[in-house]
Amino acid sequence: MDFTLDKKHEMARSLFREFAENEVKPLAQETDETEQFPAETVKKMAKYGFMGIPVPKEYGGQGCDPLTYVMCVEELSKVCATTGVVVSAHTSLCIDPIMTYGTEEQKQKYVRPLATGEKLGAFALTEPGAGTDAQGAQTKAVLDGDEWVLNGSKCFITNGKVADVYIVIAITSITEDKRGRKKKNFSAFIVEKGAPGFSFGTKEKKMGIRGSSTYELIFEDCRIPKDALLGPEGKGFPIAMHTLDGGRIGIASQALGIAEGALERAIAYTKERKQFGRSIAQQQNTQFKLADMATRIEAAQMLVYKAAMAKANQKVYSVEAAKAKLFAAETAMAVTTEVVQLFGGYGYIREYDVERMMRDAKITEIYEGTSEVQRMVISGALLK
Amino acid sequence: MNIVVCIKQVPDTKGGVKFNPDGTLDRAAMLAIMNPDDKAGLEAALRIKDETGAKVTVLTMGLPKADAVLREAMAMGADDAILVTDRVLGGADTWATSTTIAGALRNLDYDLIITGRQAIDGDTAQVGPQIAEHLGLPVISYAADIKVDGDSVIVKRQYEDRYHELKAKMPCLVTALSELNQPRYMTPGGIFDACDKEVTVWGRADLKDVDDSDLGLKGSPTKIAKASDKVAKGAGEKVNLDPAESVAYLIGKFKEKHII
Repeated sequence: MDFTLDKKHEMARSLFREFAENEVKPLAQETDETEQFPAETVKKMAKYGFMGIPVPKEYGGQGCDPLTYVMCVEELSKVCATTGVVVSAHTSLCIDPIMTYGTEEQKQKYVRPLATGEKLGAFALTEPGAGTDAQGAQTKAVLDGDEWVLNGSKCFITNGKVADVYIVIAITSITEDKRGRKKKNFSAFIVEKGAPGFSFGTKEKKMGIRGSSTYELIFEDCRIPKDALLGPEGKGFPIAMHTLDGGRIGIASQALGIAEGALERAIAYTKERKQFGRSIAQQQNTQFKLADMATRIEAAQMLVYKAAMAKANQKVYSVEAAKAKLFAAETAMAVTTEVVQLFGGYGYIREYDVERMMRDAKITEIYEGTSEVQRMVISGALLK
Repeated sequence: MNIVVCIKQVPDTKGGVKFNPDGTLDRAAMLAIMNPDDKAGLEAALRIKDETGAKVTVLTMGLPKADAVLREAMAMGADDAILVTDRVLGGADTWATSTTIAGALRNLDYDLIITGRQAIDGDTAQVGPQIAEHLGLPVISYAADIKVDGDSVIVKRQYEDRYHELKAKMPCLVTALSELNQPRYMTPGGIFDACDKEVTVWGRADLKDVDDSDLGLKGSPTKIAKASDKVAKGAGEKVNLDPAESVAYLIGKFKEKHII
C-alpha cells in the first residue's frame, strides 16, 4: 500500500491550489459578507474544466477520476467553502446521477453542457417535512398524456436559483403491501429551469456558506416531458440514496478543505502572535493543539481519499462515504472551533477568515445526511 | 505554422534565494517552477495556436527532472515536448546553453521561436538572442505583444519609456516579457493527457552541427566568481519639474551628497 500521490494528482493539486489562491481566496470574505453567488468564479472554473472533472471526455468532461474531483473541492474549500459546495452539488448531485442512470440521449443533452460549465446543476430531495426521513416527502408526479405533472415543494436546495438543470425526486405511485401498509414509490426526474409551473420560493439566510444560492423550489402543475424521467419509474429512492453516497464524498472533501484552511491560518497566526514575550506557537498548549489538529486532519484526508478511490473502482461505497463524511465534518467543526480559540478575540472578528470557517464548517455536519445519518449507515452495515 | 517555445525550469525566487555554503544556489531548498518570462512566451504561442491552429512544441535543456515544466506546458496546451539532457551538457553558461539549444532546434521545422527574455536564476537575457545568432535568424527582444501577420510577426518591443513596433519575416526569434500576458492555468484533463504523453529526450548525439568544445562546462567561457541575491533598491524619489529646475535640483542633490 502506497500513500503517495502520483504525478497526475500532484499536478492537479498544484493547479487547484494556485487557482484557489489567485481567483477564489481574494473574493471569499466578500462572498460571505454580501451573500452573493460567486458567478464570475464559476465562469472561470468552467473555462478551466473544473465543472466536469470526473466526466468522460466524450460527454464534455475532463476525463479525470473521483480523486481529482475530490482534491478540487478540497482546495477550493480551503479558501472558500461556498465555492467548494457549488462544484460539489453540481458534480456529485446532478451530473453523477445522469451519468449513472441517464439514457444516452439524456447524457448527450444534459451532461455535456453541465460538464463544460455552460449550465449549472442542482438536486432536490429535501422537503419541509422530510429531511433525514426522506421517505416522508410529499411532492408528487402524475403522468398526463405525454407529460409528467409535478406538484409540491422542495427546500434548502443548493445552487437553487442559479442552476439550469435539477434532479427532482417525487412520488409517482402509492402501493399497498400484503398487510395493507401504504408504500410510496418515488421516481427521479430531470427538470429544466423555465419549465411551466416551476418557480422559486424564498432565499434562505444562512449561518455559513452564505454565497451559495439556497432556495425553495415550488412545483405547481409543473409540466415536464415524459422522457424527463431519470432511470426506471419507481426507482427514485435508490437513485437518490446512491446519488447521496457520491455527494457525501464531495461534502467530506469540503469539510476536509475547511479544516485544512483553518489549520494553515492557525500555524501562520500563532507564529506571529506574541503573548508573555514570545509567540504563542512557542507555548506547549498551542503546539499540542496544532499537533492534534494536524493528525486528525490527515486521518480525515485518508478516509476521504479512500472513499474517492472506492468510487473510482466502482465498488459499493456507501459505508466508506459515510465514514469519510462523518469524520471529516466533525473534524472541520472541531478544528475550526479550536482555531478560533487560538486566535482569541481576533478569531471572533469577521475581519479574520477563521470566524467564517467556523460558521461554514457547521453545515457539513448537517447536509447530505447529518452525522447521525452517517452513523446509521455505518452501524447498519455492521449489524446487517 | 510551427512554433517552438524554449522554456527553463528555475528555482522559485519569490521567497528569497537560498545558497549553499560554497556560494552556489541551493536548488534543492527552493521550489522549481517554469521561468515566468518563458511562461508568458508559451501563453503567447498558445494564443497564436488558438487563433491559427499552429503547432506548439516546447523545448528545454536541463536535468531529467525538468520534465515537470514540459508536462506543465503540455497541460496548458502545448502539443509536443523535447527535453535535451546529457551529463556532458552540465555546467553550461549562456554560450554553451545557446549552442546546445540551437543544435537541438536545427532538427526541427519552425516558423517562430519564442524564448523568455531572461531566467530569474541567471538574469542574463543572453540565451535568446544568442540562439538567433547561431541559427542566423532575426531576433526581436523584450516583446510586450506578439501578433502574426501573414508570413511575418509584428512585435511591440518594450523600452524603459516607450515601445517600438517591429515587423520581422518568419522564421525569426522573439524574446518575451512576463508582462506580455497572464498565462492560462492548466486544465485537469490537460494534466492527465500530459502525464500520459511521451516527452522526446535528446542527448549530445542528437545535437546538429555543434562542436564539443562549445558545450557544457568546458565550452563555457563564463566563470562565476561569486553569486548573491538581488540587492533591494530604495524606492527613489520622483520629482516633477521643468528641465531647468530639474538640473538645478539635481546639482543641489549632488552637492548635498558630496558627489560634486
